[in-house]
Amino acid sequence: MTTATYHAPASLSEALGLLAAHPGAQVLAGGTDLIVQVRAGRAAPSAFIDIKTIAGLTGVRRSGEGFAIGAATPCTALLKDAALCAAWPGVVEAANLIGSVQVRNRATMGGNLCNASPAADSVPALIAAGATCLIAGPQGEREVAVTDLPQGPGRVALQPGELIVELRLPARPMGGGDAYLRGIPRSEMDIAVAGAGVALVLGADGLCTAARVALGAVAPTALLVPEAGAALVGTRIDDAALTRMAAAAQAACKPIDDKRGTAVYRIHMAGVLARRAALIARDRAENNA
Amino acid sequence: MNDMSAPPYKVVGTRPVRPDGVDKVTGKAVFGPDFAASGMLHGAVLRSPHPHARIRAIDTSKAAALPGVRAVVTGADFPTLESLTMALGESSGDVLDIARNCMALDKALYEGHAVAAVAATSTLIAREALQLIAVDYEVLPHVIGIEEAMAADAPVLHDTLFTKGLDATPDKPSNVATRFVMANGDVESALAGAAAVASGRFTTAPVHQGYIEPHACVASVNADGQTQIWASSQGAFMIRSLTATILGMPISDIRVTPLEIGGGFGGKTTVYLEPVAVLLSRKCGLPVRLVMTRDEVFRASGPAPGSVVDLRIGADKDGKLVAADIEFRNSAGAFPGSSVHATAMCSLACYRIANFRVTGWDVVSNMPSSAAYRAPGAPPVVFAVESALDEIAMQLGLDPIDLRLRNAVRPGDPGPMGMPHGPVALVECLEAAKAHPHWTAPLAPRHGRGVAAGFWPNYGGQSTATVSVAEDGTITVVTGSPDIGGSRASMAMMAAEVLGLPYEAVRCIVADTASIGFSMVTGGSRTTFATGKAVVEASEAVVATLRARAAAIWGIEDDAVTWQGGAAQAAGQEPLTIKAIAAKAGQSAGGTIAAEATVNPLDYAAGLAVHICDTEVDPETRQVRVARYTAVQDVGRAIHPSYVEGQMQGGAVQGIGWALNEGYVHDAGGRVANAGFLDYRMPVASDLPMIDTVMIEVPNPAHPFGVKGVGEAPIVPPLGAVANAVSRAAGVRLRDLPMSPDRVHAAIAAKG
Amino acid sequence: MSKVLIATKINGEAHEFACEPSASLLDALRDDLRLTGTKEGCGSGDCGACTVTLDGEMVCACLVLAPEVAGRQVGTVEGIAEDGALHPLQAKFLEHAALQCGFCTPGFLVAAKNLLDRNPDPSEHEVRFWLAGNLCRCTGYDKIVRAVLDAAAELRQERAGA
Repeated sequence: MTTATYHAPASLSEALGLLAAHPGAQVLAGGTDLIVQVRAGRAAPSAFIDIKTIAGLTGVRRSGEGFAIGAATPCTALLKDAALCAAWPGVVEAANLIGSVQVRNRATMGGNLCNASPAADSVPALIAAGATCLIAGPQGEREVAVTDLPQGPGRVALQPGELIVELRLPARPMGGGDAYLRGIPRSEMDIAVAGAGVALVLGADGLCTAARVALGAVAPTALLVPEAGAALVGTRIDDAALTRMAAAAQAACKPIDDKRGTAVYRIHMAGVLARRAALIARDRAENNA
Repeated sequence: MNDMSAPPYKVVGTRPVRPDGVDKVTGKAVFGPDFAASGMLHGAVLRSPHPHARIRAIDTSKAAALPGVRAVVTGADFPTLESLTMALGESSGDVLDIARNCMALDKALYEGHAVAAVAATSTLIAREALQLIAVDYEVLPHVIGIEEAMAADAPVLHDTLFTKGLDATPDKPSNVATRFVMANGDVESALAGAAAVASGRFTTAPVHQGYIEPHACVASVNADGQTQIWASSQGAFMIRSLTATILGMPISDIRVTPLEIGGGFGGKTTVYLEPVAVLLSRKCGLPVRLVMTRDEVFRASGPAPGSVVDLRIGADKDGKLVAADIEFRNSAGAFPGSSVHATAMCSLACYRIANFRVTGWDVVSNMPSSAAYRAPGAPPVVFAVESALDEIAMQLGLDPIDLRLRNAVRPGDPGPMGMPHGPVALVECLEAAKAHPHWTAPLAPRHGRGVAAGFWPNYGGQSTATVSVAEDGTITVVTGSPDIGGSRASMAMMAAEVLGLPYEAVRCIVADTASIGFSMVTGGSRTTFATGKAVVEASEAVVATLRARAAAIWGIEDDAVTWQGGAAQAAGQEPLTIKAIAAKAGQSAGGTIAAEATVNPLDYAAGLAVHICDTEVDPETRQVRVARYTAVQDVGRAIHPSYVEGQMQGGAVQGIGWALNEGYVHDAGGRVANAGFLDYRMPVASDLPMIDTVMIEVPNPAHPFGVKGVGEAPIVPPLGAVANAVSRAAGVRLRDLPMSPDRVHAAIAAKG
Repeated sequence: MSKVLIATKINGEAHEFACEPSASLLDALRDDLRLTGTKEGCGSGDCGACTVTLDGEMVCACLVLAPEVAGRQVGTVEGIAEDGALHPLQAKFLEHAALQCGFCTPGFLVAAKNLLDRNPDPSEHEVRFWLAGNLCRCTGYDKIVRAVLDAAAELRQERAGA
């Protein structure tokens, strides 16, 4: 019988070489999804390529005005970067809703993205924030918007031999604020029944100049809902605008009934959560003006 | 809250550290999956992917040929058995069904039903071997839901199942195993004259006991047939007798050593793995370990039945209950036996109702065979009844506790099965709840407060205990009752109390089946009562011997000697301590001082509980938060109050989980969709407030210290208490459990 | 099938063991090192019974591959008591009857100690959320939370007195 081999490359090029040499290899970051899948027989990689040992793939660093987050950075490590927490609190909070402390000490946003669950908590927050990811592979490097990566449950737009190197967040705009909220039946240790990430910018006059609204667990992939964002632009995020925004968010939902909740409830929650997240983002933006 | 007249016990009622405590905080304790035997093989079980399928053939040849595989078994390796029913306390069941549940023979009856097993030199090889077993299935239509299973055109699980309890024996098999009816008076006339009637349908989902330790065992069979089993369970003797009966072995050929048990709650009162492990070991002559994964625990071990309850309950204008009509259906899973008697018995046991008709149906379907779960049968029907009482209280404008007080049973009232109620203390519990600050605390906006009562009969039954005096006068207590929540401490405390010794001078262990006489499972809230009685009797016998030895030393009559403070006392004599007597035991006629007691008490007393719950319902997300919770219970006498409180708190929280978020979800293919702790949502620490407890002590006169049994009653009220709180907070009656946010949303939306 | 040899430190002691490359740290601890205090409740990171520390951060041992711990520090329940003396958390768990069956207890102790090592004065809310990844089915958590809060108070007093 065969079992997977384990590799701890010291460099990105070594990791890419291993990926090329081992068809059927899987990249191991936090392992909180992959190891579960292997144990349940839902995945059978020929090799584990552990990218946590590669310098630069863990940790947060400044990248120009923005941030570069190593793909293997555990979620709890994000909390230790004060500048990131101040700039993108919604993203950091979303990543720190996943699982338990034990899980978040291992789980990464890169893994959350690659696992491609429609309910992944960090993904709507990243999409709302306008995040991109740097992908490395046999053909070199490319940068892709996070919103373009998920292709369906369990499927991402990565080519064979490619891996995510880092997630990139822009500098926080002046007057910008973001937030992510999810609905779960329990208070912790749960998968989102619906989730909503909102990032917006308020001008000096208090009017919203830009807004991005993204939803999770209401469609096969996390959704960017431009109509919802547009409903906030040019307003003071007042009740009427929030109602239009929530309606646009709900209209974009294509959820299913499953063990985690009904489609009807998910649509309801998409509106509730988008509205609440927008209000938090507005408050944060006002404090950032 | 201690009874002011409580006797001045020295040990009973204190809170010492349990004897097995240090092992459990240091990682030394050996639980089911921790035990390893020398040369042990590792087993794995192949399980049906189909909820209902005929097994045409199984080809295990490729698996058997895999290097490292030492044994393969299928249902054909089990002896053919006559159907035998044996008494196993609350989990009495048909042994043939238990055997077929351990391994399917001609049909797989649920997804996860075992169809073959392998033992190999490593777990990896055993699992690989499973993939080499070819099972030829003929997939059959399946049925999951209770009412679907009762339908005339439903797929029938068992050709041999003809409904019992009908007026006329049916001429064809069905999925309805039993109808049970309990009736008195004229229900229709009384309901017609009632000032207030609450009626409706209430449903609950099947739920799992949720013990954190998966089922596990090691079995070792010798060439002469003598067999050892190491396993965690609620009863080593239960494992011994079931395994022997299923496999046609002499009971005395099997020795079962109980390992520490990581939670049971009723779910470890039957066998799943042990007979399979014995068969594997018999084939290869080596010890074999079987351990379930969590997925297997959910798919193949006993959930508690789901239920559909229709009821009508009426009261006069003063709130006196006049009639109740209840029809409930319990989902037994793949084999009959969903505690319909207990369900019926507990449904109205708290209240005086002259006219009632309770009809219960035991229904099989393509789900795992249901197993006992803490007060088996009671919580779902009591949820329905207590919800109806809440509606009646609202209709009549009565305080819900006052309504219950007006109808509460008292000692001597007719009990549910016609026998008079024993020392029930429901009135005391209700009055304590009413007097508790929680009941009158102001309610915040969006909050609702619910109250509910619950009854559980408890049990007694067979237990054995030995008490031995060591050479230095310290004591060893041995029982055959697995300790699932601190019972070794309470046994040692009762012995210490009788012997007049400090708690630390008495140590208690749970022995294997060859080292102590028969004892029934730890279940039915029977252990502190029945095994406790055995310990007290044995301790009293030891005291009698100690007095006799002292009398002989002093040359006086036994009757002239009393026993106090751990020493023999007589007029004109210096007290003779147990240490001094023990030191002389070797030279005395009679020698070692020890006693065994075997008991089978049936004078157990019921447990009554009243719970108060505050919930907050988010007006938009409809998420429910338990804001405050108080559990009141008549405990008879709390031997170790901390562990009694622990039973009350644990039972309450299991009930909260049952009410709010737990429940099996099946997909369209009849497969369990949430067979894991992530999606089977048991309460986590952050979901809960502290659980306040109020212990009422109205002693059971039939127990030397007044013990009643406390483990099960606390899971009976919470479903109703939480549902009543949510219903009052949401402004709409919630009739379906679990009350997950989407359900609450739908209920509010439907009301408009 | 080729095993790999892993050298690591467990509770401060150097250990070597051979394992399948895809074995979990949990399997290595329980089967290869016979440190069975760390329990398997689910194998999917949802119950916390296998909580251990890895270089001081708490993780589920079932979600760590054994080869990942090469050259690192693993802490298990067996390492909490020092020289036979119980840690205040262990003593408080016993005093408060914060365990019934005791199966989840090792995971709770490792997680609670990890909390108190970084936050000597947590609120009840913080304790409850920190321990949300540890399932207990027996106690309803009440006595566990009280034991952790009481142990924290005792540790603060010890430190103040030291």
